[in-house]
Amino acid sequence: MKKLTKTGRISIPVVLLLLGALWLFPMWRIDLRAPQYPGGLTMQIWINDVKGDVPIINGLNHYIGMKTIKKEDFKEFVVLPVAMGVFAVLGIVVLLMGKKLPYYIWTGVFVVIAAYSFIDFYKWEYDYGHNLDPGAPIQVPGMAYQPPLIGYKQLLNFEVLSQPDVAGWCYIVSGIILASVAIYEWKKR
Amino acid sequence: MKNIRLLLAAAAAVAVSMPSCKMKSTAAAVEGGAASKVYVAPGKYDEFYNFVSGGFNGQVSVYGLPSGRLLKIIPVFSVFPENGYGYSEETKAMLNTTQGQVPWDDQHHLELSQTNGEQDGRWLFANANNTPRVARIDLKTFKTAEILQLPNSAGNHSSPFITENTEYVVAGTRFSVPLGAEDVPISSFKKNFKSTASFIKVDSSTGHMSLAFQIVLPGMNLDLSHAGKGPSHDWFFFSSYNTEQAYTLLEVNASQKDKDYIVAVNWKKAEEYAKAGKGKKVPAEYAHNTFDEQKQLATSVMEKETLLLDPKDCPDMVYMIPCPKSPHGCDIDPTGEYIVGSGKLAALIPVFSFSKIMDAMQKKDFEGDFQGIPILKYQDVLHGEVQKPGLGPLHTEFDGRGNAYTSMFLSSEVVKWSLKDLKVLDRVPTYYSVGHLMIPGGDTKKPNGKYLVAYNKITKDRYLPTGPELAQSAQLYDISGDKMQLILDYPTVGEPHYGQACPAELIRDKQVKFYDITKNGNQYVTMGEKNVKVVRNGNRVDVYMTAIRSHLVPDNIEGVYVGDNVYFHVTNLEQDWDIPHGFAIKNNPNAELLIMPGETVTLKYTPLKQGIQPFYCTDFCSALHQEMSGYLRVSPKGSNVPLRYGTGETAPAPTAADTVAAK
Repeated sequence: MKKLTKTGRISIPVVLLLLGALWLFPMWRIDLRAPQYPGGLTMQIWINDVKGDVPIINGLNHYIGMKTIKKEDFKEFVVLPVAMGVFAVLGIVVLLMGKKLPYYIWTGVFVVIAAYSFIDFYKWEYDYGHNLDPGAPIQVPGMAYQPPLIGYKQLLNFEVLSQPDVAGWCYIVSGIILASVAIYEWKKR
Repeated sequence: MKNIRLLLAAAAAVAVSMPSCKMKSTAAAVEGGAASKVYVAPGKYDEFYNFVSGGFNGQVSVYGLPSGRLLKIIPVFSVFPENGYGYSEETKAMLNTTQGQVPWDDQHHLELSQTNGEQDGRWLFANANNTPRVARIDLKTFKTAEILQLPNSAGNHSSPFITENTEYVVAGTRFSVPLGAEDVPISSFKKNFKSTASFIKVDSSTGHMSLAFQIVLPGMNLDLSHAGKGPSHDWFFFSSYNTEQAYTLLEVNASQKDKDYIVAVNWKKAEEYAKAGKGKKVPAEYAHNTFDEQKQLATSVMEKETLLLDPKDCPDMVYMIPCPKSPHGCDIDPTGEYIVGSGKLAALIPVFSFSKIMDAMQKKDFEGDFQGIPILKYQDVLHGEVQKPGLGPLHTEFDGRGNAYTSMFLSSEVVKWSLKDLKVLDRVPTYYSVGHLMIPGGDTKKPNGKYLVAYNKITKDRYLPTGPELAQSAQLYDISGDKMQLILDYPTVGEPHYGQACPAELIRDKQVKFYDITKNGNQYVTMGEKNVKVVRNGNRVDVYMTAIRSHLVPDNIEGVYVGDNVYFHVTNLEQDWDIPHGFAIKNNPNAELLIMPGETVTLKYTPLKQGIQPFYCTDFCSALHQEMSGYLRVSPKGSNVPLRYGTGETAPAPTAADTVAAK
């Protein structure tokens, strides 16, 4: 088994440091804007919580019969920190081993977690946007309220913008580093 | 014959020229460009908050300047059905006095709190003229936070004026009365009647007021006052009239003397004398009402004692300055050197010099005494007189550029003059009969000399007529140039006596947006819909209710009987700016509530007749506001309808008895 290059070894603590941001900053943010909310509304998704103007957004959602968004309903807020924790421990193991193959596997695990997170986030948005209370006071035929996974969308009078937040960007940078280093290591074989 | 023809021709010429010799029109006073000076575009804020006294309506109204738009009415001394002030169980106590609840008053003057002689945007003080009281309004919430009643006072007119660091708020009595509640003949005025100047200490961090001491002065009418600043920091000046000590037909009998007095009080000395025990503690009953924001509850404490300071026992504390003739305003310029007395019956404006006053006091050069209080010599302390300023000078404010502006009640005008040489510089008409005028910060060390507002007593022809009583009036002048320019008329609520204004930035960004519900300390709070309940105790029923867009919980209540005292404790669960909910119940003779987000307010309701009484939200809160309602079933006294309540799934289900009854 080939040894990791110096670049490969340095990349591990860098990635771990970047991922530490997940516990310090929000990962994702969904901004809403409408005439009656001049300051706009923001929902911030953290690794283990959902913060920001959630009570106000919940207040709005009662018109259209969307479920109340509350932290307790998300198993993700338990699973994701554990997954990232395990991933970090794996990183230390990879660093100690100093070999290429574990590094590839480690990168693979990252890709799986990332892909799963995105799929889960999409499903979560789909569920909230589509599973509306049939008894809701306001029902617009054919209307669903799924926010965009990433990017901009108009939902009734609300403009919705969904994008990574600080920790999300750190996460993306981690992914880029892992992928590029993995390719670099493969070429240096 | 020729002469007669000539005469006729002359007469004809006069007759022909008559219609062209028009009198000045009152509408012609506005020059071009005025509209653009007061236009505040949609989405833009006004530059100043203007607080205007409500006179006989007992409230304070808030306008934006320069637009003149009404922003809010703050109930202070009057009950206010709009939001339940004075009606809700939480606020009833604010209007307590030793005479029970006095739910109205006559609100004349306002003063914004100051630090180092500059406005600090923390509190606004307001006086009640009739039942002597001073209120403090918290400018974070625009709510009345405290009301202090004053003993030994009647007609609390020269009030509430403050010292440079808001150390004290003063309250001088307009009607002299015997101290305590002595039963004496009115004709014993000279012997038994006294005027008092009350000094209310203000806690510098909380704003809490307490009556520190009262200075007992000879029987006369104290009119207005102002504290010194800078070099005159230690002094307070009160204008007075009726030093004739008349007690009947004052119109004539109180206008006899050529000069009345400006009473100069060294409040620093008074403070020392009070501390040194020179005063006399006497029994006195007065109410002290405070609104506890944490508990969201007003409480009343009946105070039992006051400290009286007699100038006889306290040398160098009080002096009299002769001032022609029935002075109204008593205004100190921004440097603290000049004291302008406005003798409302005088044909001139006397300006006194503080340094000359100090010299005269030092030399003990008196012209006599007024019931034991030394009188300084007019000529010794005079800086000079403004000659022929107009008729009926009332009140003066300053622009910080060495100019003074005096309102002229009789000649309906504002006159600008120079403090340096006392020459009249400009005059503009007002419509009509101006009382006080106001420049933002115009009675502080740092006036903002951009605008002047005249508060007028009569408004004939200024607005669309509305029956015998017309809109009350304020007029805005641009005073930034050499010539004053009228740029806006704006109607006001109640009779505006005086106003205060400060830059919006001082207040705007400190506004409380909503109350944090987790800090709601009201004893009847309902934390969340799960905790609502209805509790009966004898004939008292407590309804712990919540309000959120767009429903009330519970919205079905049964088992309440005629004659019960039902207390609706409504908690607004919202945590967002500008989402109050209202609460009203059919036929309630009391009032309604307006409950701010995170607040709990209680409405008492005593049903007099059986029947179903709908209740509902009165503040259009959401698209489903009309649906935000419920029913209270009031059953005859002595019936055995059980107490049941709920909303949605927990709403009272029909019972067997109900089904039978329905059949």
